[in-house]
Amino acid sequence: MNNTTNTATSQTLPVYKKRGQGAEIWRRFRQNKNAMVGMCIFLVLVSFALFAEFIAPYDPIEQDLLNIMQTPSRQHILGTDELGRDIFSRIVYGSRISMTVGLIAVGIAFVAGSALGVICGYYGGILDNVIMRFVDILMSIPAILLNISIVAALGTGLQNVMIAIGISNVPRFCRIIRASVMSLREQEFVEASRAAGAKDLYIVMRHIIPNCLAPLIIQATVSIGSSILQCASLSFIGLGIVPPTPEWGAMLSTGRDFLRKAPHLTTFPGLAIMAAVYAMNLMGDGLRDALDPKLKN
Amino acid sequence: MIKYILRRILMMIPVMLGVTIIVFTMMYITPGDPAEIILEDGATPEAVAELREEMGLDDPYLVRYFRFVSDLLHGDLGTCYAIGQPVFDRLVQTFPNTMKLAALAVLVSTTLGLLMGIISAAKQYSVFDNVAMALAMMGNAMPNFWQGLLLMLLFSLWLGWLPASGFSSFKHMILPAVTMGTSSAAIIARMTRSSMLEVIRADYISTARAKGQVEYRVILRHALKNALIPVVTIIGIQFGRQLGGAVLTESIFAIPGVGKMMVDAIKARNFPVVQGGVLMIALSLSIVNLLVDILYAYIDPRIKSQYK
Repeated sequence: MNNTTNTATSQTLPVYKKRGQGAEIWRRFRQNKNAMVGMCIFLVLVSFALFAEFIAPYDPIEQDLLNIMQTPSRQHILGTDELGRDIFSRIVYGSRISMTVGLIAVGIAFVAGSALGVICGYYGGILDNVIMRFVDILMSIPAILLNISIVAALGTGLQNVMIAIGISNVPRFCRIIRASVMSLREQEFVEASRAAGAKDLYIVMRHIIPNCLAPLIIQATVSIGSSILQCASLSFIGLGIVPPTPEWGAMLSTGRDFLRKAPHLTTFPGLAIMAAVYAMNLMGDGLRDALDPKLKN
Repeated sequence: MIKYILRRILMMIPVMLGVTIIVFTMMYITPGDPAEIILEDGATPEAVAELREEMGLDDPYLVRYFRFVSDLLHGDLGTCYAIGQPVFDRLVQTFPNTMKLAALAVLVSTTLGLLMGIISAAKQYSVFDNVAMALAMMGNAMPNFWQGLLLMLLFSLWLGWLPASGFSSFKHMILPAVTMGTSSAAIIARMTRSSMLEVIRADYISTARAKGQVEYRVILRHALKNALIPVVTIIGIQFGRQLGGAVLTESIFAIPGVGKMMVDAIKARNFPVVQGGVLMIALSLSIVNLLVDILYAYIDPRIKSQYK
């Protein structure tokens, strides 16, 4: 009798496969077409960065003065620049610089901003006040001006550009994590852990940070795009990566001198910057919807 | 309300003081001896040492910082190394251009952004909505300086309709203002749309419709006013962004504003001009934020009542 009932139940009720949280987030992300477009563009740029030596048909720095400012052709699919260098190869190598700046600058902001935000949100009091006023001060200077001032103090070059952009992004991460930590620290599971005798560091690492990750991941994704843009802006005004290093902003900057004669010198690097930022924004939106469906509009 | 405004003004003081510390420290640690820069190549070490002494460059950090703040409070921002003119005078010449440009850019972005956002929300999922939001996403990702170059190429070099550089007439301001305004318009459009969509589903909107009000009145009179608060925040933030963005746009269109002045000054290691420029923009940004906060109260009586 029992066996019959069990068989009947298993026939009528569908069997759901238990999904982990990660799998569920990935499913929601995958369903978002825009986010998938963003991810595809991002993966193309990452492949450019990783396999530049194999993808780029020419040396990005080698000059060919007999072939300057060639329009796109079979030999040079995006044409050549004012020194005869292949623009496609320079864009491919340029993605390495942009991705490195984006990831490392955001890494700096992520670590420093999160540490400060956790301290502010968890402990509160005078420390919170002092740090947050400092954050307010940093935020009262527009990011590009802060970047310019830091680069002026430290000097141009890849490393200093990453530090400058990282520092100017710290306030955003700090504010986001502080707000999350403040709401989490009063939650019952945190109080339970505290009552069980757990140390602050353990509570923060085990309970607080894992629960703050969603807004941080979204912010990090969008910040990679804005960091790429900031790096290009600095190079465009001659304060970031200096030529002949293939960097998109610097390519645009040299190309503007030949705007009438060879507009392709500025068109393709500009498109590359836009594609990178667009991809990160789409992914950021997709992640926001996937990580917190309540926010979806 | 007046109490609140006074408190906000008082709160600006420590922030501005903090900005002076950051700006001064940045320039303090910047390599390069100002005395050598002023005297240029070929100056004797004795002459350099004498000028250092005269400028007080050998004094400790704190002494120099307090002197910097004290001079600042007396309206003295130092002297431009390149032309010997007081930095304050240079700011008086250049700042109005930057403000004009930023204000015009905000006008472009607000008009375009609000219009796109309202229509998109009113016609959600229509072709207009999809195209407008796709354009907004792209506008947001488009580097300002690239857009400026493309506009210059099209309207100045190819069509010859608008001048490519300078800032002497209204015609000169159109391309830079559009360049600066469109990316902000994209952000305002997205914000307006999402804010309007939240409001449009509220009961009082259904009530207004049920009372027989025409749709445009429902949207403009009932929905928009209530959706405006987050939009005003974004417009305030965008104004700050425009002041920062002026650095790039002014460089592209050769506009004699604070941004271009600062970029040129950094390349020439003309530190007092950089300090003055950053301070001026940070101060303007703080004032804009204050005005935005006051504006909230006028848009939303609930906020105003909190300060009574």
